[in-house]
Amino acid sequence: MSILVFAEHDNNSLKADTLKTVAAAQAIGGDIHILVAGSNCQSVAEAAAKINGVSKVLVADNAVYEHQLAENVSLLVTELAGDYEHILATALTTGKNFMPRVAALLDVTQISDIIGVESSDTFIRPIYAGNAIATVQSLDSKKVITVRTTGFDAVVTDGSAEVVALDTVTDAGNSSHVSDELTVSERPELGAASVIISGGRGMQNGDNFKLLDGIADKLGAAIGASRAAVDAGFVPNDMQVGQTGKIVAPDLYIAVGISGAIQHLAGMKDSKVIVAINKDPEAPIFQVADYGIVADLFDALPELESKL
Amino acid sequence: MKVLVPIKRVIDFNVKVRVKSDNSNVDLANVKMAINPFCEIAVEEAIRLKEAGIATEVIAVSIGTKACQEQLRTALALGADRAIQIQTDLELDSINIAKLLQKVVEEEQPKLVILGKQAIDSDNNQTGQMLAALTNMPQGTFASIVKVDGDKVNVTREVDGGLQTVALSLPAIVTTDLRLNEPRYASLPNIMKAKRKPLDVKNAEDFGIDLTPRTKTLKVTPPAERKAGIIVESIDELVEKLKNEAKVIS
Ligand SMILES: Cc1cc2nc3c(=O)[nH]c(=O)nc-3n(C[C@H](O)[C@H](O)[C@H](O)COP(=O)(O)OP(=O)(O)OC[C@H]3O[C@@H](n4cnc5c(N)ncnc54)[C@H](O)[C@@H]3O)c2cc1C
Ligand SMILES: Nc1ncnc2c1ncn2[C@@H]1O[C@H](COP(=O)(O)O)[C@@H](O)[C@H]1O
Repeated sequence: MSILVFAEHDNNSLKADTLKTVAAAQAIGGDIHILVAGSNCQSVAEAAAKINGVSKVLVADNAVYEHQLAENVSLLVTELAGDYEHILATALTTGKNFMPRVAALLDVTQISDIIGVESSDTFIRPIYAGNAIATVQSLDSKKVITVRTTGFDAVVTDGSAEVVALDTVTDAGNSSHVSDELTVSERPELGAASVIISGGRGMQNGDNFKLLDGIADKLGAAIGASRAAVDAGFVPNDMQVGQTGKIVAPDLYIAVGISGAIQHLAGMKDSKVIVAINKDPEAPIFQVADYGIVADLFDALPELESKL
Repeated sequence: MKVLVPIKRVIDFNVKVRVKSDNSNVDLANVKMAINPFCEIAVEEAIRLKEAGIATEVIAVSIGTKACQEQLRTALALGADRAIQIQTDLELDSINIAKLLQKVVEEEQPKLVILGKQAIDSDNNQTGQMLAALTNMPQGTFASIVKVDGDKVNVTREVDGGLQTVALSLPAIVTTDLRLNEPRYASLPNIMKAKRKPLDVKNAEDFGIDLTPRTKTLKVTPPAERKAGIIVESIDELVEKLKNEAKVIS
């Protein structure tokens, strides 16, 4: 039984999330291969070859895969699928984009966002914004799965897999990349940070998010936001934590001026320790917070920064 | 051009569901139901395209029990021209939903299909992409800007690192993200008018598709409860607890 894992990367470096998706593959059990699809992505292939438990790295290095357009990547993965019983990708925006196409082309349904593996055909996944946890058995012959990284611990990177170059080029020819507008930040990514401090509508405007900077600097934290803060234009969309934004589970999550709507909790309630700063003692965020402080954030944040 | 908008009837987003005590599923008895918020955004986008003179007809389609006619009427009240209900009492897997939608696409030949990125009940986030693959169309998922330009559509997508814009040849599939637009409310006269707009009912079994389940839900359990926390009285106390009790900062 073989498993194909799709590598998350930006053509330069392998995203650490892939190490968690490989952990899910190990939990399923079988010979694990990694697919690196990109353009000028040799450094990614080398990094992938070091992932523990991986026996082979397949590299499709071609301009048609540069932006990992779903139309092209799904054709590639579908072509390779014959050799595999399980195909896994990380449940981030790339995997969420192309994997269901793979499933449809293989005439199977996808098992999305798994957080646990019961057996080679049975998986655990949250539904209803994490208010229920379903144990789902796949009846399809091939399993197309996206993996929620908060459910698995990264595997180590002391391996040395064989690297095989693929000459397959699949170009659907019906889509093209126009431009990227990527947020540049010195801070750790939300998915990789062990501490996250997030601001909500209570921050009042984008400028006030600077109040989080000093604390984030001291804690080496990533900065996140609620949807209300993103919607109001305080901060960019890629900072949104929640059911329909990023799912995170850091060691410490500090929610500032966030009420604690179901959809926000869905993205952070598996954090190890949750702190809430909110001036409303009735805010639902306090029901999930290990430590709550009822305070005006404009007083609390400068004080917290000075005392860290 | 025609725009097709598949919509799903789901639990209202404000409701916190409970798991049934026999762990068979969640309890939806007497729970408020609504149009999936992402589908509402899809309907709004289609109507705006019509108002801009780009779309000529907006068709809403929903697969489900008779109850989903309620959500189709909402779509009609918001401005869709006609609706199709595909009747089934089964809980279909996404691949089978996508196959039924593929048949509707074949029949209606829309230039654009706009779906929600995700249904807030199953949280699957896959139907639009599957439909795109089955119909061999390009896709712009998680859209925050949609610009139709002749025989092309430019879609700005919300991706992990920020935004990405892709150009797709029409016909194409778009799935909506939250910031694409802010849906309007249906006015009372439009709600009345919607009652007279055409709503076709078809039977899922009549499409000649094998609808055999692809998954089996073995159990549904409540998530792990977090143990109750405490309210601290001061920032000093908070810092002390984080250092010495939780040991998450040093
Ligand atoms: C389909 C759908 C998907 C969604 N997905 C997400 C998602 O992924 N992520 C997400 O976050 N939301 C999501 N939402 C939105 C969600 O329902 C809430 O609207 C949102 O989380 C609220 O954000 P908030 O807590 O910042 O704002 P509010 O609910 O307005 O809360 C602001 C809080 O700030 C506090 N406050 C105000 N001023 C101060 C002050 N000076 N000091 C201290 N506290 C103060 C207030 O007491 C209040 O509790 C989604 C909604 C829908 C319909
Ligand atoms: N039963 C259904 N009827 C019509 N459209 C649906 C149905 N299920 C899903 N969809 C569409 O597919 C989108 C994504 O759903 P999902 O892939 O289940 O998360 C929804 O927002 C709808 O646009």
